[in-house]
Amino acid sequence: MIVAERKPLDEIAEMIAPFRKVAVIGCRSCVAICLAGGEKEVNMLVSAMKLKNRNEGREQEFDGFVLERQCEKEWVKEVEDRILASDIVLSMSCSLGAQTVGDMYPHKIVVPGLNTKMFGVPEEQGVWSEKCLGCGDCMISTTGGICPIARCAKSMLNGPCGGSSDGHCEVNLDIECAWYAIHERLKLQGRLDLMETVRPPKDWVPSHSGGRRVLVREDAKLTQHQKRGEEVVE
Amino acid sequence: MKAGSNLEKVFESGEFAVTAEIGPPQSSNPEPLTHHAKMMKGSADAFNLTDNQTAVVRLSSIASAAIIMKEGIEPVIQMTCRDRNRIALQSDLLGASAIGVRNVLCLTGDHQTFGNEKSAKSVFDFDSVSELYTFDRLRTEGVQSGGEKIEDPPKVYLGCAENPFATPYEFRAMRLAKKIAAGADFVQTQAIFDMDMFESWMDEVRGRGLDKKVHILAGVIPMKTAGAARYMKNKVPGMIVPNYIIDRMKKASDPKEEGIKLCVEQIETLRTVKGVHGVHIMAVMWEEMVPRIVEMAGLMPRPAPK
Repeated sequence: MIVAERKPLDEIAEMIAPFRKVAVIGCRSCVAICLAGGEKEVNMLVSAMKLKNRNEGREQEFDGFVLERQCEKEWVKEVEDRILASDIVLSMSCSLGAQTVGDMYPHKIVVPGLNTKMFGVPEEQGVWSEKCLGCGDCMISTTGGICPIARCAKSMLNGPCGGSSDGHCEVNLDIECAWYAIHERLKLQGRLDLMETVRPPKDWVPSHSGGRRVLVREDAKLTQHQKRGEEVVE
Repeated sequence: MKAGSNLEKVFESGEFAVTAEIGPPQSSNPEPLTHHAKMMKGSADAFNLTDNQTAVVRLSSIASAAIIMKEGIEPVIQMTCRDRNRIALQSDLLGASAIGVRNVLCLTGDHQTFGNEKSAKSVFDFDSVSELYTFDRLRTEGVQSGGEKIEDPPKVYLGCAENPFATPYEFRAMRLAKKIAAGADFVQTQAIFDMDMFESWMDEVRGRGLDKKVHILAGVIPMKTAGAARYMKNKVPGMIVPNYIIDRMKKASDPKEEGIKLCVEQIETLRTVKGVHGVHIMAVMWEEMVPRIVEMAGLMPRPAPK
């Protein structure tokens, strides 16, 4: 899922300071699960802002609510009135949600309440770790199911660097060395021969290096009929 | 001969090779390089110029090579994958070859969080193995990474690094095998303090016949103080310094002399290890000691460049 973290209160306060009516919009998707922008976090932020404003003698109105998925236009459309009634939108979603709202209402100022951090997984309560960079050409079938692009600080393709220390990464000794983990996993599976293969330079075209990615699935697109809301009779 | 460098000739002649590191300055002043080149001339077969080591901005390794070549000594340039993508790496390789650089050491590079530009965007388009693979194809087939054929391929002797003291230990000889398969002609190791561990790595290297396929330079670092030894043990990931070495440095009345003595003893031991074809001396910020160390180790005079 997409893992995000709330921005510091002072930074949020500064972004919304010139505006009176603030729509604070959360999302029940990834950012709710990672405890950054769900219903509870929206309510907490609104309370914290009200308290801060009272202490600092500032007056603002907050309208806090949560969408099912802020990155999908259908859900955003449902709260159009509340968005249009605000002076500014503080999105408590990942950047995708914030940008969806911004793209739909270009005259409205939309600011992010969260920092979108990574594609990650919850490891335990309160701990999330990055496991994918969205490179567009998944290679984990050859690396024991562990992604070295995301989990190695240097995105190495051919085994651990010389800084792997007791199975930990030289950049942060609290984090496992991805290639140490890959080596152990492949050993367990009796597939160490995969460690020996020289991987030539990676083609980064399917990643962001190839330019902004837009995925088009012709088979999934709506037909002209469907777009007009007509029933198709075959 | 792949590139005809002095280092290659020394290896091919079967002589025990000596290389030494020169750290370029954190300034645009070429003088420290010229000074070191003059002082160290004749004490090693080639001089290794670091590429912004530990991710600290320094005078570039290729420019440093041009400067020391004027003094008549041979460079080995380090090229890391941290700061350059494949376009820049291949371009710099062509440029280095054009000015007469014949030895290149391919490294992934220390991560930028260690250096003085921590906010930098990392590149790591290649790792050291894909860098070797690309440079080898470029020099032997004249084919670029993207597939385009080029005129006048670079003439370079390719090196790599390996660290027998980093985890997983059992992968370290295999990793060297990969680098050889990718095109490495020589390898320089991380600084060796734990001889037993180095020996067991060499056992595996010899077991795989790798010492016949690549020239191995054993790395050594002369230490000035017990504090330096402790620092390397505790703070440098992938370095192992046994306690007896730290104790010996601690007890010494003249730690600098003791550090030199230790280094010389290590070289003498390494010379007896089957499959070791030379030493690489990394006298960080202490380059002026190199001629003495080489002399004391009985490795002078160096073979005259042909």
